[in-house]
Amino acid sequence: MSTIEYLWLVPFLPLLGALLLIVVGRSMSKAAIAWIGAGSVVLSALVVIVIGIGFLSSPGVYEISVWQWFVVGNLNPSIELHLDALSLIFIFVITFVGFLIHVYSVEFMREDSGYARFFACLNLFVCSMLLLVLAGNLVLLYLGWEGVGLCSYLLIGFWYEDPKNGYAARKAFIITRVGDTAMLIGLFLLFSTFSTLDIETILSAAPTEWEQGSSIATLAALLLLGGAVGKSAQLPLQNWLPDAMAGPTPVSALIHAATMVTAGVYLIARMYVVFELSPVAMTTVGVVGAVTLLIAGFSAITQTDLKRVLAYSTISQIGYMFLALGVGAWSAAIFHFFTHAFFKALLFLCAGVIIEALHHEHDIFRMGGLRKQLPFVFVAFFAGAASLAALPLVTSGFYSKDMILWYAWAGEKGNGLLYAAGLVGALVTALYTARLVIVTFFGSARTPVSKKPGWHMTLPLGVLAVLSITTGFLEVPHNFWHGQLISGFLSDVLPATTIQPGSEAYEWLLQLVAVMATLVGVFIGYYIYMATPGLHEIVKMKMAPLHGLMQAGWGFDALYDLLFVRPVTWMARANRGDIIDGIYTGIAWVTMAANRAFAMTQNGVMRWYVLGIVVGALLIITLGIFV
Amino acid sequence: MTLIAFIGTLMAGGIVAWITARWSETLSRWIALTTVLIDLVWSVVILINNRPDFSATDWLIRFDYPWIGRFGIGISVAADGLSLILLILTFFLGAASVIVSWREIRQRVGFFHFNLLWVLAGIAGVFVVMDLFLFYFFWEVMLIPMYFLIGIWGHENRRYAAMKFFIFTQASGLMMLLSILGLYFIHGNNTGTYTFDYFELLTATFGDTAGRWLMLGFLAAFIVKLPVVPFHSWLPDAHSQAPTAGSVILAGLLLKTGAYGILRFVLPLFPDAAREFSNVAMILGVVGIIYGALLAYGQTDLKRLVAYTSVSHMGFVMLGIFSFNELAFQGVVMQLVAHGLSTGALFVIAGALYERIHTRDLSLMGGFWSGTPFMGFITLVFVMASLGLPGLVNFVAEFLILNGAWQTSHVLAVIGAIGLVLAMAYSLRIMRKIFFGPVADIGVGMRDLTLCEKVVLVPMTLLVIFLGLFPQHVFNASEKSVKDILAMVNSNNKP
Repeated sequence: MSTIEYLWLVPFLPLLGALLLIVVGRSMSKAAIAWIGAGSVVLSALVVIVIGIGFLSSPGVYEISVWQWFVVGNLNPSIELHLDALSLIFIFVITFVGFLIHVYSVEFMREDSGYARFFACLNLFVCSMLLLVLAGNLVLLYLGWEGVGLCSYLLIGFWYEDPKNGYAARKAFIITRVGDTAMLIGLFLLFSTFSTLDIETILSAAPTEWEQGSSIATLAALLLLGGAVGKSAQLPLQNWLPDAMAGPTPVSALIHAATMVTAGVYLIARMYVVFELSPVAMTTVGVVGAVTLLIAGFSAITQTDLKRVLAYSTISQIGYMFLALGVGAWSAAIFHFFTHAFFKALLFLCAGVIIEALHHEHDIFRMGGLRKQLPFVFVAFFAGAASLAALPLVTSGFYSKDMILWYAWAGEKGNGLLYAAGLVGALVTALYTARLVIVTFFGSARTPVSKKPGWHMTLPLGVLAVLSITTGFLEVPHNFWHGQLISGFLSDVLPATTIQPGSEAYEWLLQLVAVMATLVGVFIGYYIYMATPGLHEIVKMKMAPLHGLMQAGWGFDALYDLLFVRPVTWMARANRGDIIDGIYTGIAWVTMAANRAFAMTQNGVMRWYVLGIVVGALLIITLGIFV
Repeated sequence: MTLIAFIGTLMAGGIVAWITARWSETLSRWIALTTVLIDLVWSVVILINNRPDFSATDWLIRFDYPWIGRFGIGISVAADGLSLILLILTFFLGAASVIVSWREIRQRVGFFHFNLLWVLAGIAGVFVVMDLFLFYFFWEVMLIPMYFLIGIWGHENRRYAAMKFFIFTQASGLMMLLSILGLYFIHGNNTGTYTFDYFELLTATFGDTAGRWLMLGFLAAFIVKLPVVPFHSWLPDAHSQAPTAGSVILAGLLLKTGAYGILRFVLPLFPDAAREFSNVAMILGVVGIIYGALLAYGQTDLKRLVAYTSVSHMGFVMLGIFSFNELAFQGVVMQLVAHGLSTGALFVIAGALYERIHTRDLSLMGGFWSGTPFMGFITLVFVMASLGLPGLVNFVAEFLILNGAWQTSHVLAVIGAIGLVLAMAYSLRIMRKIFFGPVADIGVGMRDLTLCEKVVLVPMTLLVIFLGLFPQHVFNASEKSVKDILAMVNSNNKP
């Protein structure tokens, strides 16, 4: 146990930072806020490293129970942390990338009046995210799951005066809530089957409780998938992420690129046993990933806002992770999460520097020529972009994407169509990345640079640039040499992917095809955006309807607006006065009207009374005769 | 005797506060506050003394005294864990109500506090009496002072709201009275002992039809109070027109008497009829969840919005009660506490805003965060509680209720869960309209929470978080009550 007993410190330190900043943050100096905000995550990252060293010397599964949350009947979730290889990789990325982004934010947010609020939310986010991946039971996982949603909401809408930001924030929170609710129902289903929500227990009991392919296992897996697609911005709940770019850029880097949006990948990997029991669910995961990576990739080509390009790219890259999960390439998905966290965080942080330097200019077509003006940022961005485009051999993205493509083809659950989607996606990725780099950094400068970044911002860029290149060597293809550290490390937690017999021979060939896809993509980008000036305008005009559709994210916003938002708001508006209340008002009205009517008969006029008596008497007589 | 002392203290305190207001209004306020605080501390001490094992005796406190023997009316009071939790909630929110009225109520201060304390006495009485005659008495004691609170100190449309509240509650209360008398005579005819004693009547036997009608009479009173759609329409008017203290007590406590009544009287006295009715009841609960949420989303008046969220949240209570399992029952108990705290706090905030800007119209508000960050933060916590964020107490409640409901009916649990998405929509609307967006003119120079308001809201905030992380304190206390009620539901009335 030794150092691992201190695991609780990992989420606790950021929580403490958040609490301090919430309670006394407003009266603190900016320096103090920065020290607490960034310091708590730095300390947390250090604890993770110490624990990681301890873990490497004696790997295994560690459970640290902090307290019993509640016990009702069979349901007894506790606040317990569960450390194994999978959660260790996640907490390492969360705290390490988190720490770099906090350092970056110290400078990025310095002029902002909500400095303490920003760091409080960011710290709270780190804490929730850590709880999510360390949770030993699904109720605690759900706590982290909703906690990151809250922080995402608060940080997207950080600049709350602008209603657009608030809209984006609510959209993110509500759309992910739709997925979360599916997941919650999944939890009920799991609980009614297993009488517990402890993850380990469920994973070990599932294969005996459910037979392979049972419909209830499929239902459970699909409900969990519902939560995963919401959080990870996958089809059909992907459309909140591009709007989420309204938040400050460090937030986009940490929450909407490196960590929170990969929570769905974590969830599926963590609950892999349930998914493996259901071929239908596995296929669904793979198809969701494949379709998402394509549609988001195509959308990325058409965006002009720097951050939106990256946002669609994130959706697309997470699509790759889902594709990997869907073919049972568990460690490939985690590996791609690992490399993606570094290079995408890097790209976002570079974007933040660029946007700051150009007076909050987001449009890449008003940038240009930044290669000369921001040379360091160019180098860093290039490292990230190369990794995203998967330039062969020297970038981490190449190795992780290649691993996914390989298993999509050769894995036992692999499938030619899924592979083809991944391959086309690789080409598209290379294309939009080349476009992004060329339009932003080459050509003539269209906006002058007004501000150069300080060391708080360049240091994280440097570190992440190095990592974007080097982390790929942790796991190289089998046919290169023996260096599969990630899948080796994960082998205790996630099963290895079995390969269709006889496919090993094709590995070289497939790698070559993948490289070709990347190069062709880069070349198309080069040809359209650099070699032939004005060509991209022509292409855009020729394909205007398709371009418009892709730019609008394939119209999902409009569709959901029509299907859900309008009907609900219409109903709420139409029934604002509460129709049921109308019934009671009606009863009251009838009563009062009757009262008025009868009161009118008591008018003091003798002949009316006589008439009343006569009519009444006649009536009685008539009744007496005829009835 | 303790339980009678609780009620007696409140009643006496009310009279004293009324009289002393002739000389000093401040003294009247302090007397009212002290009275409630005495009860609060006292009840908490009882809770602590009985920890950790609440199942040692059937009733933590019980007192019986024959009063009008001839008609079988006795002074019979008893408290188990469930009653004790609700008593503590009553006194806690009671104290909060006195404090929030400190600045708000300027007219007829003495009479106000008299009414306030008598409402609390009525509520406390409802939670402990075990004699149906007295139960009906306290049911009325809650009603009349509350009628005055709304009608005298309310907002612009107070007369209408007070009258509506009165008619709904009184009409449904009379049905309960008929049922109480029916039960009294049927049991008397069968056994020869005419009594209103709850424990005695638990053994009553009657046919199916009689049971159904008797249950419906009780249920009428309780589901109007809870309220269950379509009997909810008194609530938005009463909640939005009442003064802050009135809204807090209405939402935080009066609604709970409906839930308590079902748990304590309907299920144990009429298990057969209740089981028969359970499907309809669960559907009504789900309808309430969705319908209340949709209405809440459409409102422009802040207090009406919060009022409709109560309809939605009480739908969860209805769904949970008629799911008939331990998970759902414990969830219901927790929901009563959670809703009392979070909705009570939202009404306090609405009152604080009204005091500053003299409107409840959301469309006039906006961007208040920059001026009043403390209020913004507190509101954020309660808005998150209201949408069921884990870590806050409402989540524990709703999670258990839906989980319990799932074991009984998958479809209804799923529809109920959709209510959570709608809850997100209306809750975030509160934040957006008040605190986010461009700064509204009306809020310029607005001051943040005063000491008085902090004294009320900070403990509520801490409780919502504390109970979200350590809900077991409540579950321990209510476990035995819940299991007992569950056992009684599964018994039957057949001779």
